[in-house]
Amino acid sequence: MRIRYDRERCVGSGACAFTLPEIFDQDEDDGRVLVLVERPGAEHRKAIEDVAASCPVLALSVEDD
Amino acid sequence: MTAEVTTAPITAPAFPLSRSRCPLNPPQEYERLREEQSVSKVTLRVSGKQVWIVTRHDQVRQVLGSPDMSSNWKLPGYPLQVPLPPDVLETLELPLVAMDPPDHTVRRRALIPELTAKRMQALRPRIQEVTNQHIDAMLAKGGPVDLIQELAVPVPSLVFCELIGVGGENVDFFRRYAEQMVNRDITPEEFGAAQYEMEMHLQGLVTAKTENPGDDVLSRVIAKNNETGELQHNDLVALARMLLFGGFDTTANIIGLGTVALLENPAQLAEVKADPSLMPKAVEELFRYLSISDSATARVATKDIEIDGVLIRAGEGIIALNGSANRDDRFFADPDALDIHREAKGHLAFGHGNHQCPGANLVRVELDVVFTTLFSRIPTLRLAAPVEELEFKHDQLIYGLYSLPVTW
Repeated sequence: MRIRYDRERCVGSGACAFTLPEIFDQDEDDGRVLVLVERPGAEHRKAIEDVAASCPVLALSVEDD
Repeated sequence: MTAEVTTAPITAPAFPLSRSRCPLNPPQEYERLREEQSVSKVTLRVSGKQVWIVTRHDQVRQVLGSPDMSSNWKLPGYPLQVPLPPDVLETLELPLVAMDPPDHTVRRRALIPELTAKRMQALRPRIQEVTNQHIDAMLAKGGPVDLIQELAVPVPSLVFCELIGVGGENVDFFRRYAEQMVNRDITPEEFGAAQYEMEMHLQGLVTAKTENPGDDVLSRVIAKNNETGELQHNDLVALARMLLFGGFDTTANIIGLGTVALLENPAQLAEVKADPSLMPKAVEELFRYLSISDSATARVATKDIEIDGVLIRAGEGIIALNGSANRDDRFFADPDALDIHREAKGHLAFGHGNHQCPGANLVRVELDVVFTTLFSRIPTLRLAAPVEELEFKHDQLIYGLYSLPVTW
């Protein structure tokens, strides 16, 4: 499983970093998403899909390797 | 275009529609509209202009996510909902909320690093301290008290003043302004005067922060801008104005309404009292359930677009009702029930798209702290008046309570 993210779309809402700080962070310079763990364990899948659904610009997705 | 394109319906009821049933619910008419006429016209009470409303979750997301929708208040078709006088509007440096890319993108990126999830979480100890002080004062005073004046207003106001680096003595002045900016019933003269007074104040504030930077959001945005040179003095004033507008009144309103919603659902309140780790999820559900900025998500079309078979022409205004979207049973099961165990993911209470509320993570932390502390320190808290007798802000752009008598 791999997290796909689109930094060009990202508007820095930080909803992902707020909900899953162990997986997402925000760039100190422009507030946009940083993915700390690009290939998290399968146990995180549902939580990541949930934050992806709450992303205001739908910049996150999960794909299988 | 498909063959199903329809023309505008003839009737256009006055907007905002009334909340005739339980005041914690959005207007009941939304439910009928979602089923029968999900894209329809209304007449703005403030101006008499006809604009579109969209009511379903997918439609609201479509409008707010579309590059063919502008947030520019100065475009003639934009559905302004407060009586902003034309001469004031003409010279107004538009706030972030009223800008489109690429201007919006540059300014948002200047601000967002100051409001990251991590920075907002770092404020938690201070928010806790301020909350404790106000609850101490409530307890010392003894019930009944007005929760709006004792807690809901002062806590976020003080946190906000500290965040942007202005002294607590400014709280009342800023709050009065923030309230005027969402008042549909203010006269254009009053609006213009309030706007001018605040503009002068903020001009001075930005100059002061440029000359003597402090440890605050505004100073850091200004200092960073000195290096990049992307923003002008007036841009920074507009940014400060938007922070005030967005950060003052909103949180106070949701603290008041959220307290009522939790007290009215005692079984769920008992659960979060017993296990405060449930609170963040409960808070997210309260955002969905209460949707206090229901009609603040407005746009004007810059191209003809079709939404579910209805043609909206370039230049026409649209209010994408996030409060209706958040009660859409196509997206949320049993949407009129408050359910703290619900996955409220995908709610649109902070808007959607590139304008989504940049302060959302601050409000999340504030509500978590305030509700957890309030109900743990005053576990017997109850309303001191029946819900039907409470004074709700039916006339305001941001929904809330004027006062909330509570006792214990």
